[in-house]
Amino acid sequence: MADGVAGKDKCGEPRLVSLPLSRIRVIMKSSPEVSSINQEALVLTAKATELFVQYLATYSYRHGSGREKKALTYSDLSNTAEESETFQFLADILPKKILASKYLKMLKEKRGEEEENDDDDDESDDEAES
Amino acid sequence: MAERPEDLNLPNAVITRIIKEALPEGVNISKEARSAISRAASVFVLYATSCANNFAMKGKRKTLNASDVLSAMEEMEFQRFVTPLKEALEAYRREQKGKKEASEQKKKDKDKKTDSEEQDKSRDEDNDEDEERLEEEEQNEEEDVDN
Repeated sequence: MADGVAGKDKCGEPRLVSLPLSRIRVIMKSSPEVSSINQEALVLTAKATELFVQYLATYSYRHGSGREKKALTYSDLSNTAEESETFQFLADILPKKILASKYLKMLKEKRGEEEENDDDDDESDDEAES
Repeated sequence: MAERPEDLNLPNAVITRIIKEALPEGVNISKEARSAISRAASVFVLYATSCANNFAMKGKRKTLNASDVLSAMEEMEFQRFVTPLKEALEAYRREQKGKKEASEQKKKDKDKKTDSEEQDKSRDEDNDEDEERLEEEEQNEEEDVDN
């Protein structure tokens, strides 16, 4: 693996966390209500993020479609965000992909429904049948 | 502070390595999947920070500490992370203690060579006392976390 070196420090010993603490701090501080973070909290958040990346990847792979093909794809991840309650908070940034043609069709159907609703307001009882 | 939006991204090479280590060998990870996981990781940091900050505020503290992060994990339904995180915290504290002792030893050696005045000596003793108290506090914290 070409990236293998990044996790070791100069002495060659494995480090406690491999994600850069400075970057984690910048992300944490970008939250306006946070005033200060002690070093232990920073290290723990970095470590938790590593565990999270591992968990998200293995969970999506196990529940995903690419197991036979030995592949992890975007749709495996967006499925995870949609189906697992724990990963629900990712739903906004991992939206399900759909074909543009399908989306246009959905849009058309929705518009059609709205128009129908506008047209026959007084016949709303019959609406449910269609 | 984050000045550019890409300052909120985590390095792709490191993220990719973590994913590869987690999955069985030979699994192909699409480029899109990598960048999606990387984005997810940034969002995770923000979410965890915001949860931890709520715990700090409840405790009327301005600084986020280790126990706030651990409480946040439980709140976010990532209980499975709590045990490995506690282990990492202990390893981190051991590491820090080792570093501190090494530097203290250095300082003491240096003091032995230079110390001739009475004043210097008494100041050093004060310092030692302070450090002992700090260590005690650290131990108390560890007990809190274990409970």
